[in-house]
Amino acid sequence: MTGAAWIVVGALFAGTVALKAVGPVTFGGRRLSPRAAGVIGLVAPALLAALVVYETFGAGGPGVTVDARVAGLAAAAVAIALRRSMIVVVVVAALTAAAVRALL
Amino acid sequence: MPDERGIRAGVRAALPFVLPTLLLGASFGVLAKPVMGPVAPIVMSVLVFSGGAQFAALSVLASGGTTAAAIAAGLLMNARWVPMGFAIGPSLRGGLRSRALQAQAIVDASFAIAGRGDGTFDRTVLIGATLPQASAWIAGTVLGVLGGGALGDPARLGLDAVFPAFYLSLLVEEARGRRAVAAAAGGAAITVALMPVAPAGVPAIAASLAALIGLRRP
Repeated sequence: MTGAAWIVVGALFAGTVALKAVGPVTFGGRRLSPRAAGVIGLVAPALLAALVVYETFGAGGPGVTVDARVAGLAAAAVAIALRRSMIVVVVVAALTAAAVRALL
Repeated sequence: MPDERGIRAGVRAALPFVLPTLLLGASFGVLAKPVMGPVAPIVMSVLVFSGGAQFAALSVLASGGTTAAAIAAGLLMNARWVPMGFAIGPSLRGGLRSRALQAQAIVDASFAIAGRGDGTFDRTVLIGATLPQASAWIAGTVLGVLGGGALGDPARLGLDAVFPAFYLSLLVEEARGRRAVAAAAGGAAITVALMPVAPAGVPAIAASLAALIGLRRP
């Protein structure tokens, strides 16, 4: 099993370096057209929203699960609305999820 | 070229992410050690440095999946660096190798922090913001591997809720203005629609297409 682990580590290292580099290598140092800038500025909110949904309801493959992470996310949203720091937000989320899991 | 705020400014901006990243790294270390042994998870956190990909690959290995399936799951999770790389590419300077190297500083939080809000990115902030996160991710993994027995099951401690909370914090900072909110809603909708059918990682990549609403005239 650990042999397989090392193959996975090596492949993901090489793959990740390549995935990160492809955009900057092909499009380095260009001046942006206003239309391109308009699209690029929206990549972060679109991807981050996707990651919130994905990490909350993800089942580790195709499918959707609802579990204590939902309660953690709701608590995080409240902490964010109360303008708490990022550290407080994630700790509140973890404690809430842990409490819900202990009760269920 | 627009002014650059410097590596130190990036480091400072990323300090709030240190503890969350440390917690995530620790939960990776705890879960990975029984499956991958003590050394491979730490080397993985140094070389791959991507929570999403590492957890995805680990979950395949832990459930008895093949090596190829674990690699595929990890690469799919990291395929979101491709649209981010295309977004950030025009803001990076230097030769091919230098740009490829600077691109390695792209992670979710540094990408969000380095954005100037007008489609350009501050590359010094990008690089600076990655430093504390990488340190915390690696240190967390080491702590998890070494102290895993004492920590117990990360899910019981609610550590799996740290990722969504982390991304939500970043999103709230980014989703300013009607277009950004619309792009976020579009990205979430695409993800919800694809999750039941698409393999892990694919919904998040497809969600970046929601940014194309930026082509519409204001």
